Amino acid sequence: MAGGGLYISLFQLLPSPARASSQQAPLYAFIVDAEKCIGCGKCAEACRAENNVPEDFYRTWIERYTIHQDGTVNVDSPHGGEHGFKPLEDSSTVEKSFFVPKLCNHCKNPNCVQVCPVGATYVSKEGFVLVDEKQCVGCSYCVMACPYGARFMNPVTHTADKCTWCYHRIMQGHTTACVEACPVGARQFGSVDDPKSPVYKVLKEKRLQVLKPETGNEPMVLYVGLDKEVR
Amino acid sequence: MHEIVTSGFLFPNEIEVHWSLMIVLYPYITGLVAGAFIVSSLYHVFGKQELKPIAKFSLVGAFCFLLFACTPLLFHLGHPERAFNIMFTPKFTSAMSGFGYIYTFYLILVLLEIWFVFRPDIVRLAGETTGIMKAVYWVMALGSSDVSEETLSIDRKITLVLAAVGIPSACVLHGYVGFLFGSLKSNPWWSTPLMPVIFLMSAIVSGIAVLIICYFIVMVVKKVPVDNACLQSLYKYLWGFFIIDVTLEGLEVLTMAYEAHEEWHIIAQLLTGKLGFSYIVLQMVICSLIPLVVLGFVSLKKMSDMTRNRLGLICSALILIQVLAMRWNVVIGGQLFSKSLRGLTSYSPTFLGREGLLVAFILLALPFVTMYIFNLLLPLWENETAKEEG
Repeated sequence: MAGGGLYISLFQLLPSPARASSQQAPLYAFIVDAEKCIGCGKCAEACRAENNVPEDFYRTWIERYTIHQDGTVNVDSPHGGEHGFKPLEDSSTVEKSFFVPKLCNHCKNPNCVQVCPVGATYVSKEGFVLVDEKQCVGCSYCVMACPYGARFMNPVTHTADKCTWCYHRIMQGHTTACVEACPVGARQFGSVDDPKSPVYKVLKEKRLQVLKPETGNEPMVLYVGLDKEVR
Repeated sequence: MHEIVTSGFLFPNEIEVHWSLMIVLYPYITGLVAGAFIVSSLYHVFGKQELKPIAKFSLVGAFCFLLFACTPLLFHLGHPERAFNIMFTPKFTSAMSGFGYIYTFYLILVLLEIWFVFRPDIVRLAGETTGIMKAVYWVMALGSSDVSEETLSIDRKITLVLAAVGIPSACVLHGYVGFLFGSLKSNPWWSTPLMPVIFLMSAIVSGIAVLIICYFIVMVVKKVPVDNACLQSLYKYLWGFFIIDVTLEGLEVLTMAYEAHEEWHIIAQLLTGKLGFSYIVLQMVICSLIPLVVLGFVSLKKMSDMTRNRLGLICSALILIQVLAMRWNVVIGGQLFSKSLRGLTSYSPTFLGREGLLVAFILLALPFVTMYIFNLLLPLWENETAKEEG
């Protein structure tokens, strides 16, 4: 199987000249350090509470990858990992196992925004991919278009739903609910331009990968320590 | 509510299939429009005289299917009351946003063509009938009463132009529906440039097939002998387009299998597992191979009219099922595997409910009910006009 990510440079994250001249708002990025995640599920739990996410749907979730000595790969995410993970029943054949948190990638070149027929899904001036539930017709085209399975149809509002990077909190100067809840600092969020931002140093120093780079969507969720098996 | 059976790993939001039976019906009904219109145009534009007996009916049939082509979408949308936002506040980067305009343009075009084709009949019936029917025909005539040879000649010229514009429009309408799926790069089962062409070809064959079946049913009910030359011509067109259709469908999967990108392993599992019956058995074997071979004999070999018509009728029915199975396998199949490429889910439509089987049957029946109403109002069949004029 092909690798799950592609190394990208800092230059790709920086605002383009066009962006810098037309928009004053800072550009944000989300860093997931897959090497730190312990699969406790606190992030998904906090997200549900903060954003009133309906049962059986997920704005963020955690996947557990178990790679056996014979090369077979098992992936599970019971209840989106929200209640943590049970220990593996038989770990004698396991070569390695790790957790990968997932959420909307708030892509720079998002498929979902491209396909929305009424402009209900849009990119905010800060680079957040958002859904206007008063405009959404509920056609699910964006759900089909998202390569990451990050979207769902909200059974209460009957409109498309997904992670907003806690836009409401960010605009008030807080961080996202999941970042705040993570006990090990596996999630980081902030402005790519601000030297004081938690992501600034990581972007400068670490080698980062994104999910499904071949789509050309240019995700703004960047991973540290992503394995080739992760999609 | 059916129990969803999953295997392997799916992203947690992928368990439920979002595009349901209604989204299977939408391209199916739209396809019938394109096919029926092409048959009508073979007569009106290309002068295929042998298709004259079915020319008017195929035009009206196209219109009746067109009227209901979007209704499945209304049953599917989370907010059907906002459906017209697609036209009022469109976002043109979306493949979907153009549909409202293309659909409306085509609906007006077909309606205009129907009016010009039937204008002499409407004027005549406005003169012959009395009471409420006279009023109905008078309204339908839109104030026109001139059926002189000169105006009829103008009518024919306008019909020719409308039918000629209608052919690319029909192709755009259905190629476009294929593009809605084919342009989604997130889904390897959909994302192929062949998709619009396959949709178009399957649309044409389904339209011809439904016309053949309707023609038989109407002639049996009317106790009028069928026009064998017309049918023989339809069988040949059906066979020709079906060869292209099945070849493209086969090539699409062959290319995927041969290239064997990383997604192939899950698509192979899908085709041989969850879609084993609907794809391999129905779409590719029973409803493709049999009609391909039998229609070949029907088109090329000498046989009695009765045998030919029986075989042709069976093949038409099989092809209608083939195209429905193809729509199912594309629309539902594309949602049964995870974008993680590691797992499969399941889907069975409910009987009741907004997107259930009962609604689907009703929506499929409505175009035929509308055709029946048209049939009561206007002479759809060539022999009727001749008889009445005679």
